[in-house]
Amino acid sequence: MKLRFSGILLGVVALLWVGPYAWMVLTSLRTLPEIVAAPAWPIPKSIQFDAYREVLTAIPVGRYFLNTTAMAVAIALLQILLALPAGYALAKLHFVGKKVAFALVLACLLIPAQVTFVPVFSMLGPIGLVNTFAALVLPFGVSALGTFLVRQALLSVPDEMIEAARLDGASELRIVYGLLAPMLRPTLASLFLFSFVFHYNDYFWPLVMTTDDDVRTLPLAVALLREQGTGVRWHIVMAGNVILSLPVLALFAAVQKQILRAVTARVG
Amino acid sequence: MKPKRPLDPYLFLAPTALVLGLFFFWPLALVFKNSLYRWDMLTPPEWVGAANYGQILASGELWGTIGRTLSYSVVVVVLSLGLGLGLALALDRPGKLYAFVRGAVFSAYVVSWVAVALLWMWILDADGGLLSTLCRAVGITPKNWLGDPAVALYTLAAVSVWKITGYSMVIFLAGLQDIPRSLHEAAALDGAGPFSRFLHVTWPMLRPSASFVGTTSLILSFQAFDVVRVMTQGGPVKSTTVFVYAIYEHVFVNLRVGRASAMTVAFFVLLLGLTALQLLSWRLGKPGARRA
Repeated sequence: MKLRFSGILLGVVALLWVGPYAWMVLTSLRTLPEIVAAPAWPIPKSIQFDAYREVLTAIPVGRYFLNTTAMAVAIALLQILLALPAGYALAKLHFVGKKVAFALVLACLLIPAQVTFVPVFSMLGPIGLVNTFAALVLPFGVSALGTFLVRQALLSVPDEMIEAARLDGASELRIVYGLLAPMLRPTLASLFLFSFVFHYNDYFWPLVMTTDDDVRTLPLAVALLREQGTGVRWHIVMAGNVILSLPVLALFAAVQKQILRAVTARVG
Repeated sequence: MKPKRPLDPYLFLAPTALVLGLFFFWPLALVFKNSLYRWDMLTPPEWVGAANYGQILASGELWGTIGRTLSYSVVVVVLSLGLGLGLALALDRPGKLYAFVRGAVFSAYVVSWVAVALLWMWILDADGGLLSTLCRAVGITPKNWLGDPAVALYTLAAVSVWKITGYSMVIFLAGLQDIPRSLHEAAALDGAGPFSRFLHVTWPMLRPSASFVGTTSLILSFQAFDVVRVMTQGGPVKSTTVFVYAIYEHVFVNLRVGRASAMTVAFFVLLLGLTALQLLSWRLGKPGARRA
C-alpha cells in the first residue's frame, strides 16, 4: 500500500517535470500540417528534422552558440582571475582599510544588474561600447559572491604555507596563481560552473546591451524565433529550444555533483 | 600576515575595485542623479527635481507595480518552498529511479528562463496547447492562461514555480543530510509517529534552510524579468508589468530615463528592505536561536 502510494507520487512528479521536456522534443520532430491537424497528439507520424533545418537556415546557430559560450567562459574566467588576488588580500594580508574594502565587496551583493542596467547602458552608449563583447563581459568581471567565497576558502589556508613559499623566493603572484589557486580547485570549479551556466542562460543583459547580430547570444535568437514571421510555428520554436537547452542539460548530466555543490555552497 | 611590499594589497584589490566602482557604485549613484532629471538619451537632460517621483506616485504606477511584483513573488515563494520541501521529503531515498527524478526536477533550474518560458507558452497556448486540449477533453473550459488579465500573472508565477522548485528541493535535501539518524531513531523509540517526528525533529532542523531559501527566492523573484519579457511583455493590460519590466519599458520603449531611474530607486530601496528581512530571518532561523 505504502509502496504503491510512493510509486504513484514518483510517477506524477516525473510526469510533471520530464513531461514538458518530452513534449518539447516531440513537437520539434513534427511538421506544421501535423501540428495544425492534431496539436495535442503526442506521437509524430514519422520523425522529421525539418524544424531543425529551418532553425539552422533562419538563424546562424553556430555563430550565436560561439558568442554565448565565449561570453560565458570569459566572464567565469575573469571572475576567478580577479577574485584570487582580491580574496588573498582580504583573507591573508594586513593593510589599512581592509575592513572597509571587505564591506564594500559585500555591499555589491545588494546591487543586482537589474538596478544598474539603465545607467550602464547610458554610460556605454556615448563611448561606443554598446553592442560590443566588452559590454557583455566587463560589467560581470567581478563577482562579489565569488570574491567572498574565495576569501572564505583562503582563510583556512595556514599562513606558514605562504611564508614557506615566500622563503623559497616565490613572488606574490606566483603564490596566488601557482600555489593557492590549485588548492582551491573545488571552490573555483563550483564558481566557474555556476557563473558559466548563469551567463550562458542569461537573457536580460544581452537583451538590453546589444542590438547587433554579431554579438547577440543564443537565448535572444531563440526567443526571437517566436516573434518572427507570420503565425507561430511551434515546431520550429521547440527545435530552437532543444538546441538552446541541450548543451546545458548535457553539462548538468556530466557534472551534476559539482553543480549541486555550487548551488548548495551558497547556504550561509 | 604582513604584505611583502606595503602596496601589494592595494594592487591586488585594484582590478576588483575598478570593476565594482565602474559597474556597481558609479551606476548606483547615477540612478539617483538621473531620477531628478527628464532625459530621453537624445537631447540633453533637464533638471526636474522630484517630479519623476511625483509622477510615479500620482499615476498609481509605483503602488500598482509593487502590488503586482509582490503578488507574483509571494505565490512563487510560498509554492516553490512548500513543493520543494514536499519533494525533498518524498524523494530522499536511495535508488537510481529516485536520483533520476530528483535530477529531472532540478534540471529545470539549470535550463535557461527563455527555454522554460517558450516551452510553457506552447503548452499553455490557447488554441493548440496541450493543457487547453486536455481541459477540453475532460469537459473543462480552459482559461486563456496568458491572455486573461486576471489570470496571466498567476500563470507566470506557476511557470516560475515549475522552474525554481528544484532549487529549494536541493537546499532542503542538503538540510536533511545534516540531520543525524540517531535523532529520528530516538524519537521513534519514544513512540513518535512520522508526523510528530517531522514536526519535532525534521522541521526544527530544516528551519535554517527554509529561511535561507525563502528569503533568497523572494529577492530573486522580485527581480523577475525574462519570463515576463518572453511570455507576456507585461500585458495583457499591464497585468504582468512587474518592477524590472516596468523599468525596462520606460527606457527602451518610452525613452524615459528619468522615470525609469525613479522606479529603479524605489526598487533598490525595496530590495534593501527585503535584505534586512533576510538577515533578520537568518539570525532567528539559526539552530539554537530562540524562537521569535
